Amino acid sequence: MIPEFGHYALILALCIALIQGILPLIGAHQGRREWLMLARPAAQVVFLLLFIAFVSLAWSFYANDFSVLYVAEHSNSQMPLVYRLGAVWGGHEGSLLLWIFLLSIWTILVAQLSKALDEFMVARVIGVLGLVTSGLLLFVLTTSNPFARLLPAAQDGRSLNPLLQDPGLVFHPPMLYMGYVGFSVAFAFAIASLLSGRLDAAWARWSRPWTTAAWVFLTLGIALGSWWAYYELGWGGWWFWDPVENASFIPWLVGTALLHSLAVTEKRGGFKSWTVLLAITAFSLSLLGTFLVRSGVLTSVHAFATDPKRGIFILIFLSLVVGSSLALYAWRAPKSTMGGKFSLSSRETLILLGNVFLVVSAGSVLLGTLYPLLIDALHLGKISVGPPYFNSVFVPIMIPLLVLMGIGPWANWKNTDLLAIIKRLWIAGVIAIIAGIAIPLIMGEFTWLASIGFLLAFWVITSGCLQLIRQAKVGKPTRSFIGMQFAHLGIAVFVIGVTMVGAYQEEKDVRMLAGETVSVGGYQIQLEGVSSVPGPNYNAMRGTFLLSKNGASPTTLYPEKRSYFSSSMPMTEAAIDAGLTRDIYVSLGEELDDKSWAVRVYYKPFVDWIWGGCLLMALGGIFAISDKRYRMKLKRQAS
Amino acid sequence: MKAKFLIPLLLFIILVVFLAIGLNRDPHEVPSPLINKPAPAFDIAQLEQPNKNFSPASMKGQVWILNVWASWCVACREEHPVLVELANSQIAPVIGLDYKDKREQALAMLATQGNPYTLSAFDANGRVGIDYGVYGVPETYIIDKAGIIRFKHIGPINSQLLNQKIYPLVSELKKS
Amino acid sequence: MKSLFWILLTCVCFNTSFAKDAAPLADDPVIEQRLISISEEMRCLVCQNESLAGSRSELANDLRREIRTLIQEGKSDDQIRSFMVERYGDFVLYRPPVKPITWLLWIGPFVILIIGIAILLGYLRRRNQGIPSTTLSAADNQKIDALLNQDKRDGLND
Repeated sequence: MIPEFGHYALILALCIALIQGILPLIGAHQGRREWLMLARPAAQVVFLLLFIAFVSLAWSFYANDFSVLYVAEHSNSQMPLVYRLGAVWGGHEGSLLLWIFLLSIWTILVAQLSKALDEFMVARVIGVLGLVTSGLLLFVLTTSNPFARLLPAAQDGRSLNPLLQDPGLVFHPPMLYMGYVGFSVAFAFAIASLLSGRLDAAWARWSRPWTTAAWVFLTLGIALGSWWAYYELGWGGWWFWDPVENASFIPWLVGTALLHSLAVTEKRGGFKSWTVLLAITAFSLSLLGTFLVRSGVLTSVHAFATDPKRGIFILIFLSLVVGSSLALYAWRAPKSTMGGKFSLSSRETLILLGNVFLVVSAGSVLLGTLYPLLIDALHLGKISVGPPYFNSVFVPIMIPLLVLMGIGPWANWKNTDLLAIIKRLWIAGVIAIIAGIAIPLIMGEFTWLASIGFLLAFWVITSGCLQLIRQAKVGKPTRSFIGMQFAHLGIAVFVIGVTMVGAYQEEKDVRMLAGETVSVGGYQIQLEGVSSVPGPNYNAMRGTFLLSKNGASPTTLYPEKRSYFSSSMPMTEAAIDAGLTRDIYVSLGEELDDKSWAVRVYYKPFVDWIWGGCLLMALGGIFAISDKRYRMKLKRQAS
Repeated sequence: MKAKFLIPLLLFIILVVFLAIGLNRDPHEVPSPLINKPAPAFDIAQLEQPNKNFSPASMKGQVWILNVWASWCVACREEHPVLVELANSQIAPVIGLDYKDKREQALAMLATQGNPYTLSAFDANGRVGIDYGVYGVPETYIIDKAGIIRFKHIGPINSQLLNQKIYPLVSELKKS
Repeated sequence: MKSLFWILLTCVCFNTSFAKDAAPLADDPVIEQRLISISEEMRCLVCQNESLAGSRSELANDLRREIRTLIQEGKSDDQIRSFMVERYGDFVLYRPPVKPITWLLWIGPFVILIIGIAILLGYLRRRNQGIPSTTLSAADNQKIDALLNQDKRDGLND
């Protein structure tokens, strides 16, 4: 019965979402207040219905209801409860339901927190969100119904891919989708302002905190995915430029450009039509990413089970949403007024320049991701575009951007003396060059790439410190300012992590008998033995390794090789000794003919700085959202 | 309306067109670089008569079909009846390449499922398969009288493929 | 006797002073290094999207074994890449070869960058010509001062 409740809730939600989408928009256009006023209540009802639907699906997993096809395909009674619940979004149908549910959460938050906003604007924003929700609900109900029945019911389910039975799965998709879906709010605000014909700076002020929040979630979601791949896949890699990874990174790059552009539009009234275009593009890329992952158009480790019918539907949906938005843009954007005047040497120009680099890098990653498809569609053959391409193209574009990151925050609005700034930053330049030369030499091997990496990171860090010092002399820094510092620092920390691991990691592939030792990165790892250990839904061979540095501070590591009952593929669970300055990563391979074990050990210096940097970026965003001017607004709303 | 504001829309339309075409293409289907190149030479033992060898050079002057198969391959069992049909049509000899298989199991499969092959070459370590660009068993090649590969199909063949591609091509190659 | 004692003592010390070092998995680590760097840039054809270096599938094992043999035979990196491309096509290379159909791919990003910066500069120049400068009256300046002081009291700086 409960799956049917869920199904019915989805159908009802579609009907109300259509009301939420259509009536307020027409109402705003024709000035009908009664239809305008439907927006908020409709959004509230849709949220409740989707909540019911989501809980119904979760219940089916909890109760092991294998008469529901989706549950039978992705769950198993022997799976631990936390993964049975995580499996709710482990497959295509459920993850889409999660997408739509999160969209309804953003919608209702906008509805509740926008009391001070012009009611025509609110109606339009909620209306646009309602249309997007309706489209996705239609898609789910016609091609991807999570409540489809399997009759007769299966004895037990097929279980979740062992790779996904991991805490990473529980958090990564929800975080990521919160980001993707969050860009729909900036999109809705942009469309609403285009529809109203009044493209002024007010919409930028309203969108900014929502966009920053979406960006924070997306940053965390991508970082979680990368970290998960690192510790789960057993080969120590953290980014493969896989099409699905790119599908999340491209919106992130455009979203970062959008954040900076919104700052200018809010403060100086400039770039209005460019910022609107970025807002439309960021969300369009989120939708495009959704298409690419589920349509079978590209080869990816990550791809969901594909079905051409689904691909066609998403493509039509994508064409309608993005096509009509861009058409509206072409029609209304030229009417926007110019903002304030600014010279070629000003903060506005530098931000725009940064935007160019970010958008070009996003375009390059998109080009590389879609190029095989382009060549194939033209019947010119089949090629692959992989990490070597992306690394060769992306890194050079980022270099000038990092230089800019050290200069931009010093520039004044409207007009600034660039020469004076660069003179002021001589300390940063000197420290950067010293770092670029000294650190590679300390690490034992000088490479140009490593040198440039450290140089740029310390350029950004030193410039940031100098900014903090200057600000401290003037007065208490705002949260906005602190946020910017943390975010830029996060990028520098990230660059240090990537450079260190890329240039100085060590790997050894050995065969070990009990008692033997392998050394890597100055550490010694000794195999004590391998024993058989049963798990809830698997059998494992667990190795016991003693890790020490010249005899001091020993730790024990337990890497495993698991055979899950539901899968023929054995899974490696690496053991990682994580530290602030390095990870030691031990991966157990197969047992060899002479009873020794194949073992792979890695020394990865500063690898956790990669995700630490992402955390700092997210923290920066959170500081920015909690800036006084937004808290004051909330206070005023409440009173 | 200024023209430059239309550029994003135009770019998007071009993108959608390519994506739509892409939906109809299979990203896993890889065209072989061996088409219109000479069939790589090899000289290995046969499956049924291990003391005798087989080499593609011995097929010069005939149009023939090479089918890569194995007893452990599920899709090969699916296509087996179609292969038998192809062999019975006697349009061209069908030579098997038994890929990374165990002799007893391979012979057992031919005994129970029928043997469409004039003979099968036994590629125990897959070395010949590598030279032929094999990555997804079963794979089927049509080779002409001069020993040039004219057609490659990856995956099981079915009657539709027989009638639409294989029979017509073999007939045409036999005429030249 | 004394020398025998010293010999025995030395043997005992050597055996107990450190545990045995594990042997490398590969027969020749130098060849292995080259194998990894070549196969990292190649695709495993039977996997969804993994490199030939990382994949544990049977075909990947066979192909790595083949490349190892080629390295031992003294083939260069280019020759090994040609070997693979002759049999599996350009699809097997993760670094797309630079040929006419990939010119757009390799040059594209930098062309777009240059065009982007050019458009930016052109746009900025035209923009500044179109906007008149304004100056503020004394009354306006007083209003601004009052507002700024209010903001300072609220702690709002930027």
